[in-house]
Amino acid sequence: MNVPADLLYTKDHEWAKIEGDTVTIGITEYAQGELGDIVFVELPKKGADVSQGKSFGTIEAVKAVSDLFAPMSGKISEINSTLESAPEKINNSPFGDGWMVKIKMSDPGEKKNLLSAADYGKLISKE
Amino acid sequence: MDDPNTKKTALYNDHAALGGKIIPFAGYWMPVQYPTGIMAEHRRVRSTVGIFDVSHMGEFEFHGPEAEKFLNYLTINDVTKLTVGQVQYSAMCYPDGGMVDDLLVYRFADHYLMVVNAANLPKDRDWVLQHLPKQGVEFKDVSDDITLLAIQGPRSLEMLKPIITPDLEPLQYYHFFQGKVAGMDAIISRTGYTGELGYEIYLQRRHSKNLWDQLFAVGKRYDLEPIGLGARDTLRLEMKYCLYGNDIDATTNPLEADLGWITKLNKGDFIGRDAIMKSKAAGLTRKLVGFEVLDRSVPRHGYPIIKDGKAVGVTTSGNHSVMLGKGIGMGYVPTQSSAIGTELELDLRGSHHPIKIVATPFYNPPKN
Repeated sequence: MNVPADLLYTKDHEWAKIEGDTVTIGITEYAQGELGDIVFVELPKKGADVSQGKSFGTIEAVKAVSDLFAPMSGKISEINSTLESAPEKINNSPFGDGWMVKIKMSDPGEKKNLLSAADYGKLISKE
Repeated sequence: MDDPNTKKTALYNDHAALGGKIIPFAGYWMPVQYPTGIMAEHRRVRSTVGIFDVSHMGEFEFHGPEAEKFLNYLTINDVTKLTVGQVQYSAMCYPDGGMVDDLLVYRFADHYLMVVNAANLPKDRDWVLQHLPKQGVEFKDVSDDITLLAIQGPRSLEMLKPIITPDLEPLQYYHFFQGKVAGMDAIISRTGYTGELGYEIYLQRRHSKNLWDQLFAVGKRYDLEPIGLGARDTLRLEMKYCLYGNDIDATTNPLEADLGWITKLNKGDFIGRDAIMKSKAAGLTRKLVGFEVLDRSVPRHGYPIIKDGKAVGVTTSGNHSVMLGKGIGMGYVPTQSSAIGTELELDLRGSHHPIKIVATPFYNPPKN
């Protein structure tokens, strides 16, 4: 299972890539595998505020609907609009083309609540 | 928490070996999907052929001189219309018209077989036993002895014909015969839950592994794949086939559920008839309809259906249609808002999405 070392993770299987004050967010390879065929993602609008640990959208797979939880708090600066017509990108490239939103983070200190790649790898090996 | 009483079908190890994701369902460990995933499995059944282990289903035998009369009282369709070798879709109702279960009735030369939903098996058995006459009908629950495999898809006849005797080709929809599959005694039935050309094979549990392997051997050239419960659900939804517990239950009567075609109010007395006749005379207040979603959202069971800002109904099933590429669903709406073409809204976790009532089945398999 691919767990890139340069990312941080939530226990709900989102990943966060922090570059300056921008955080790119998606779901992990493990999560897309558990969800199966993804057919729709509901994302917030640009400018919306999100809070760490709170739902910022939903993801619909054929199997079920799941909430997306924000790894960090901040304001949505960009959404991956290509997912609207091609949600399967999340299945095919969860750490790449399947990214979901970028946020301008409001509290870099929240990083301490996220899991390292090593800890996340341990978490999914137990599930 | 895993229930230690959860049963395994005879093919449990085969599902695990194929990479099946196994979940507890209706008291059994059942494969919900295999590594190719629900959408690929769905397309497999619609394009060539797939195989489902549905051994969790329940089977009851009814023997004796009063069996026909009893079943005709217990079920809502007309059992007396069945010829030997014919299958009938039917249901059992409570006295208030609510549904105990939907089911199949098979007529053999000397007895009847009833096939019921796994999730309802104990309840159905109790219900039958509660009404069983003191004499004239012998009841046997043979569920644990029988393996049931469904082979469904446009190539299913081609695949099965060489290993089945007598000739499979003349077998008509909703008919069956007792014959041999790869040399093993079986009941071969042209029935299914997918809308495709397809067959269901009932055989003794001890033959399960042998048949499973032989079917994969002959199925190879048709790209036969195992299909899990996930695709079974998306396939039946595209046909608007009811799923007990979702679309029908003890609170729905068969007329509301659009099952008037199996509700034979003129056949004589049966359990639930008076209540169903009353609801018909009073005028049905709601109807189970099929709808499509007009944006990209995906409906599920239990979402409010909205008209003019007010909740007027509820969805009972829904998902992304693999073949149509859009959200489809079923739900109860007021009769006056049930016409095809009616536009309503769906409340998905607080946000409203437009839907339209459409003709069903949602998907029509090409005629074979």
